[in-house]
Amino acid sequence: MVTPVEAARARGRRRVSPPLYLGIAILAVIVGLAVFAPLVTPYNPITLHPAQALLPPSAHHLLGTDELGRDVWTRLLYGARIDLEVGFLAVLFPFVLGTAIGLIAGYFGGWIDAIVMRAVDVVLAFPFFVLVIALVFILGPGTKSIYIAMTATDWVSYTWIIRGEVLGAKRHEYILAARTLGYPRLRIMSRHLMPNVITQAIVYSMSDIVFTILTIVTLGYLGLGIPPPTAEWGSMIADGQQFITTHWQLVAFPGIAVVITGIGLSLLGDGLADLLRVD
Amino acid sequence: MGRGIYIIRRLLLVIPTAIGVTLVTFIMIHLIPGNPAVTMLGIRATPHNVALLDHQWGLDKPLWQQYWLFLIRVVRGNFGESLFYSAPATGIILSASAVTVWLIVYASVISVAIAVPLAVVAALRRDRFADHVVRAIPLVGMGMPSAWVAIMLILGLGIKLHVFPVGGLDPGIFGHISSLFLPSLTLALGIAPVLIRSLRSSLIDAIDAEYVTTARSKGIREYRVLVRHAIRNAIVSSMNILGLQIAWLISGTLVVETIFALPGVGALMVNSIYRRDFPVVQGITFLLAIAVILVNLATDIVHSFLDPRVRFE
Repeated sequence: MVTPVEAARARGRRRVSPPLYLGIAILAVIVGLAVFAPLVTPYNPITLHPAQALLPPSAHHLLGTDELGRDVWTRLLYGARIDLEVGFLAVLFPFVLGTAIGLIAGYFGGWIDAIVMRAVDVVLAFPFFVLVIALVFILGPGTKSIYIAMTATDWVSYTWIIRGEVLGAKRHEYILAARTLGYPRLRIMSRHLMPNVITQAIVYSMSDIVFTILTIVTLGYLGLGIPPPTAEWGSMIADGQQFITTHWQLVAFPGIAVVITGIGLSLLGDGLADLLRVD
Repeated sequence: MGRGIYIIRRLLLVIPTAIGVTLVTFIMIHLIPGNPAVTMLGIRATPHNVALLDHQWGLDKPLWQQYWLFLIRVVRGNFGESLFYSAPATGIILSASAVTVWLIVYASVISVAIAVPLAVVAALRRDRFADHVVRAIPLVGMGMPSAWVAIMLILGLGIKLHVFPVGGLDPGIFGHISSLFLPSLTLALGIAPVLIRSLRSSLIDAIDAEYVTTARSKGIREYRVLVRHAIRNAIVSSMNILGLQIAWLISGTLVVETIFALPGVGALMVNSIYRRDFPVVQGITFLLAIAVILVNLATDIVHSFLDPRVRFE
């Protein structure tokens, strides 16, 4: 009895592709800079220095300072902490919830599946960001609201992916064998189905983190995300907007940080897809 | 399965989704922490105002009755009075919708104009330099916050080069075309990567398909084979993708209309959130979901006419 995962493991040569290495390298640098921000920069991201407002980039301030005299490079690094952490957690919760629901819907089928799929249709009917912003508005500002709003809207992606995979995997002999052996359903779902259907969801979650970071940045830009004075890329873009003609770097660099993070995650996703491809 | 039956089944599928949408929009008010009326009124929350709003929203009745009343109101297109404008929310939302429809149609046109040539070049020069460049576009494009793209476009094309207006809506069709160009381009750049990706792969499938080989072997010129056979089929299969992107485009209008100061539904949503104008927020959330359902329905039906295989699935 060879499951697809074991078959993939058995293949001597795994397809480790350049995008995977490049993606890991980019993300390692970003995460490293975020984690070791206090060692990388001597400044504090929040303390105000009105006397040093809107300085141009120099040896002391790599990217200059903002209108309140805070070092932009420092705020970018500390912003990475917030945006990456919230971005990751805001994907983790829907990932877990959506996977569980997808496993149940796909495994049991019938009316359970019908109800779950109608619920998926309903959530998908709402434009994603409209529902997220409405929920964040209703629940009040802060990261907790973001997690709840993202979980309530994003679980459908994972349910949809996992359910489809389970429908395919269910027909395989190793699942039939496990059933014949009389294993409990929970064990079949968690030990037999899950490892074989989770791949697609993991690959998708990489682009989903990009998407979620964009959502957080957009909420931050609109002033509905992580409240000030915390350094966050979206609110940095919003704060810099009024100085766009004279100090374009205030807006440009937070955006570039988002784009580079996005490239890293997308490359990682593509590389993982190559690596984990089960055919 | 015939086309008629497919369309009827597709129409029936709308009913549970629409009912679900009413449920979600109804529940919104009960997710507000504390007394919804007090929270929404803020400093205006006098006992009189609160009692008035409680009654208007039916909060003094049992839950099932509240939902029933909500359903009746929704069917009549009544989302209550705007707390800010003191006028029916529905009218305010509908009068803002023209700009948003303009933006979405304009953005769709621009995104197709960007995606088709790039995808064709990539598919024809597969695995060569041009293809690698085009394939790198989604990598960068997917990660660009639309607020940032909008500001960068304003800086580059609006302020530095003075090519396009950077905010507000000019009257007349040409005024619309020029003043909505940058906002539409912002939205288009958001969906272009997805379109390029799907168009490229369906073009490659089409080029490899047997009917294209057949056309070639009959001695039809390469250009004709491409346009009449490969591209046409690839566009049909990618049209669905554009239909599915409509929800993304609508989401994008929130930021874009806010930045470019356009009087559309997206900006109305954001401003109503700032003003804590719950009836308008609720009404917009509901109506946009219905709009998405209808667009997806229309896309599926049109697609079933363009691609006969759909009916047999």
